[in-house]
Amino acid sequence: MRKLALNDEILLKIEKPARYIGGEVNSVMKDPEKVDIRFAMCFPDVYEIGMSHLGIQILYDMFNRREDVWCERVYSPWVDLDKIMREQQIPLFALESQDPVKDFDFLGITLQYEMCYTNILQVLDLSGIPLHADQRDENDPIVIGGGPCAYNPEPLAEFFDLFYIGEGETVYDQLLDAYQANRQAGGSRKDFLEAACQIEGIYVPSFYETRYNEDGTIAEFCPVNSKAPARIKKQVVVDVTDTVYPEKPLVPYIKVTQDRVVLEVQRGCIRGCRFCQAGMLYRPTRERDVAQLKEYARQMLKSTGHEEISLSSLSTSDYSELKSLVTFLIEEFKGKGINISLPSLRIDAFSLDVMSRIQDVRKSSLTFAPEAGSQRMRNVINKGLTEEDILNGAGQAFEGGWNKVKLYFMLGLPTETEEDMEAIAVLADKVARRYYEIPKEQRIGKCQITASSSFFIPKPFTPFQWAEMLTNEEYIARAAIVKHAFLNQLNKKSLRYNWHDAEVTVLEGVFARGDRHTGKVIEEAYRLGCIYDSWTECFDNEKWMKAFENTGVDIGFYNLRRREEDEIFPWDFIDIGVTKEFLRKEWELAMNAEVTPNCRTQCSGCGAAVWKGGVCVESKN
Amino acid sequence: MKARIKFRKYGVLKFLGHLDVMRFFQKAMRRADIPVAFTSGYSPHMIMSFAQPLGLGITSEAEYLDIELAEPISSADALYRLNQTMADGIDVVSFRQINEDKKSSGMTLVAAAEYLVVPREAEATALREYNSSQPLFSAAFSDGIKAFLAQPEIIVLKKTKRSEKEADIKPMIYDFHLEPYGICLRLAAGSEANLKPDLVMETFLGFIKEEGKKLHYHRRELYAKNLEEGEPEYLSLEALGWEIPSLHYS
Repeated sequence: MRKLALNDEILLKIEKPARYIGGEVNSVMKDPEKVDIRFAMCFPDVYEIGMSHLGIQILYDMFNRREDVWCERVYSPWVDLDKIMREQQIPLFALESQDPVKDFDFLGITLQYEMCYTNILQVLDLSGIPLHADQRDENDPIVIGGGPCAYNPEPLAEFFDLFYIGEGETVYDQLLDAYQANRQAGGSRKDFLEAACQIEGIYVPSFYETRYNEDGTIAEFCPVNSKAPARIKKQVVVDVTDTVYPEKPLVPYIKVTQDRVVLEVQRGCIRGCRFCQAGMLYRPTRERDVAQLKEYARQMLKSTGHEEISLSSLSTSDYSELKSLVTFLIEEFKGKGINISLPSLRIDAFSLDVMSRIQDVRKSSLTFAPEAGSQRMRNVINKGLTEEDILNGAGQAFEGGWNKVKLYFMLGLPTETEEDMEAIAVLADKVARRYYEIPKEQRIGKCQITASSSFFIPKPFTPFQWAEMLTNEEYIARAAIVKHAFLNQLNKKSLRYNWHDAEVTVLEGVFARGDRHTGKVIEEAYRLGCIYDSWTECFDNEKWMKAFENTGVDIGFYNLRRREEDEIFPWDFIDIGVTKEFLRKEWELAMNAEVTPNCRTQCSGCGAAVWKGGVCVESKN
Repeated sequence: MKARIKFRKYGVLKFLGHLDVMRFFQKAMRRADIPVAFTSGYSPHMIMSFAQPLGLGITSEAEYLDIELAEPISSADALYRLNQTMADGIDVVSFRQINEDKKSSGMTLVAAAEYLVVPREAEATALREYNSSQPLFSAAFSDGIKAFLAQPEIIVLKKTKRSEKEADIKPMIYDFHLEPYGICLRLAAGSEANLKPDLVMETFLGFIKEEGKKLHYHRRELYAKNLEEGEPEYLSLEALGWEIPSLHYS
């Protein structure tokens, strides 16, 4: 019987003790005496969020295929246990072995969103690992960061020994081999980091220095260790069919956010929306072979016993074999009580037909993401969806029996005018009008149109990386304009509008494009007691503002400035294939509200073709 | 056809709540390819019902769930397949056919539950080996139990979600005696009258002035009233079912 790190007294006192016991179906147990490398894989948020993440499942499976490695999982203890662990000085442990994280060789932390940054410090702190990489010694694990936020690792530079830039399937083996080799040669921590930094895609922040101009912008960023390369090349799995995929994903005991089999049909997106970081980072778009996906679906449903399967990708409708795949899933599994969920589908005749077969039309709602209200604004952001598309899609859906529609928008986009803001309400009203065009006797009561807006945050490696953001007050004022416009619509009783919080937006903006100075703010906020900042019930903006004040870091510098064309960005040393020149060209086009065709219609020469894969080669066949 | 599954829940899985155990078995049925019948409608779900939920922290060797089978499967086959897909801390003990009529299934027939109570620190050894070189409770406990049960009534404050009220629990205690490896408690359980073992023990510890002693509870069996005349008065839920032989469906 496994012994737990926490005693019964504690486990019976805290919320959802099953978060901390491990032992889930398909979790991997090994004999610690028989492995060379212990790897703790961490998602710095609560168990239910972390367990829902596909990337960790992929890496967990991939690492554990190696006989010499035992990869285990770690999540942030929820605030109730966090408090107890601090009081009783219980070190943070990995779920499988229940051994302290500090005794591991590696602690890998996935960086999925900026608002988990204080939780990274929580994990290090509870583990008893010094927060700063330069304070760690030979007994501490090597702390690795990866995931989307690693594309601007600078705010976290001091806390990590190294970052893995790009998709995890490519060079982890090399990295682990280098670790083994270094240990056998009796090398030090620094020797290992020097070996690691020579592996493509590995960034060791302590080997680089930034010099700043007087105005605070970057004058120069360069290696200070002769072994470190000047540029870091992102890692890409060129052939996504011929790679690892977890055929036996972990099955959590407690209900998690994503309690289903997830089938990643493709990576990347052909669309090129100018606000979307994932759309640029994961170029080129690469599809998985449909025959293999069908086989994975069968195996994963069998090995997990899940009652739902979901397709995952940035834009599922663009997957070329979608019809074949969806038809297969319905015919094969629908009769066995398996739900099929298809997020991010474009609304058209095909998707409506599919949806009417897999869900109860009357209960479900349709989702459109026009992102902006006016056509001009949609051209600026290069969102190919037209008003006609939306009204046609909604019309077909209404005739098919749906009467609930959700619309997603962004506010605070570059060049946005009051007219663009009001257009959000106008568009929502047009959708409602389309519903009431249906003869009364064929309608099912009223329609319900819910529009939500979030505030736009410029991200690194997007055409909008030069853009300025707004103040908290200005965001709220813009939301008020939209709200007011809703009240003036004909069908206002069928319309609803809600908007996301602006305080968090401001912080995300700072850390998304932050430099090394912003790391101090994260650390100070943590010292002041901030954790779980993405949880409304935990988020404390006052503490954050205090942290900026205490560290003398100016939010305006990061958020309220339109960056100069030739400014050196903290993330410029990373080579994602897509060039800065292309992004700048896209920025210029955006300013003129001109659109760029998608990758399948016409290649725009973004630079991702250097990978010689996916859509970049298929279009030339 | 209806089947009854008896399973054990122990070790780290004593921290798994009742709803999660239900979820676990729904997924386990699929992994093991047990032909469970579904309800009809837009979101069909497995026809499955659990007996008496087990409190968090309590271990058990007699948990039950009833399922409706869409096609027959032998006990041996089902048991094997299910145990291939269980986890550390949960395993299936038996898989038996039960009567089709409504009152035989569902878990309305639960009438009593038997628990073994040991000091918390002795949980692992006491429950695994079922013996102990040292008595787990002092002889004073034995006298204490006699005196406790000799009271004309045992009044406790029963707390529910909405209210607190005084109740006499003595009629709900069917058995309470010291065994070499712990205290045996047989208590009323089910929808008509239900008594939790920790409430009995806390009251008892108060009575013998041993408050604060940390105990572990282990469910040994769930019983239904024997509807036949005569002995025994109670039958385990398992005893109400019978093995499904292989030939039935081969």
